[in-house]
Amino acid sequence: MAKLTIDDLKKIKAKVHKEMSLRDGDRRVKITVHMGTCGIASGAKEVMDTLLQEIETAKVNDVVVTTSGCMGLCSREPLVTVEVIKQEPIKYEYMNPNKMRQVFKKHILEGEIQTPFVLAKGSEVIK
Amino acid sequence: MIDLAAHILDIAENSVRAGARLIEINIDEDTANDSLSIEIIDDGQGMKEEDIKKVLDPFYTTKTVRRVGLGLPLLADATQRSGGHLNLESKEGKGTTIKATFGLSHVDRQPMGDIISTLIILIAGNSDVDFLFKHRNNDRQFEMDTRTIRNEIDDIPINHPEILKYIRGILEEGFSEIKKWNKIVPKIEKILKKQ
Repeated sequence: MAKLTIDDLKKIKAKVHKEMSLRDGDRRVKITVHMGTCGIASGAKEVMDTLLQEIETAKVNDVVVTTSGCMGLCSREPLVTVEVIKQEPIKYEYMNPNKMRQVFKKHILEGEIQTPFVLAKGSEVIK
Repeated sequence: MIDLAAHILDIAENSVRAGARLIEINIDEDTANDSLSIEIIDDGQGMKEEDIKKVLDPFYTTKTVRRVGLGLPLLADATQRSGGHLNLESKEGKGTTIKATFGLSHVDRQPMGDIISTLIILIAGNSDVDFLFKHRNNDRQFEMDTRTIRNEIDDIPINHPEILKYIRGILEEGFSEIKKWNKIVPKIEKILKKQ
């Protein structure tokens, strides 16, 4: 395989710019994988890997992925929060690569909340 | 933690939470001295002097949502198990440097794990932070700097799937070069010895 160069990056930039001009929507979904020590030790890295693969395979550009620290529910890790625009955030608990695939396909792409994996609805409040 | 890549992810995520804008990750494998070091340098908020003293205490944390802080104690334990040690330098307002040293061939040294996916996760999850990654293996070194990539892509987010794919490609190339070199060097040394 030929070595990757800055020219390859320029080609990617041109291709992405073309795609961006064709679509009008902005970010539709924000997914947060909780990546504290407890999350990583419980498998959050594998969950995030799967999520990035699914995004690449589905070729979606309106999903933004981010990481966050521990929110204090270490025993429920790996935790993933899905925030669809104008909807309340959904927190999924005890996630693994298979559950992540299901949540991505059913909730993020089709809008169907995967109730059996849900820990809570709404944002956490730290007192 | 299952491997060293998970420790790196954990410590670098700490740097992100400390407000770092640039995180430098240096991995140095030195066969001659049988040593492996992992250094993480950030320009985050740094630590108070009294916090530095307590940082290896698993029952100390600055967080309010829980009462334990296991990240650094686990890394320190992993270094000690392989005959190494952990160094931490931090200055409030300047940043933190953590250097973990391991016995490279020690039977109890944790495996490196998938460092490429760790770096991709860090870049994907923290698109506003820059990462400088350097991997040295004896005389060979390769590096990847997200600032160079960012300069080329203008308004495209660095965590766009196409850009992440490019970064993954760059990292895979760098690692395979080192791997290839590691196979060649012993053969050259053998030939030189014979002569």
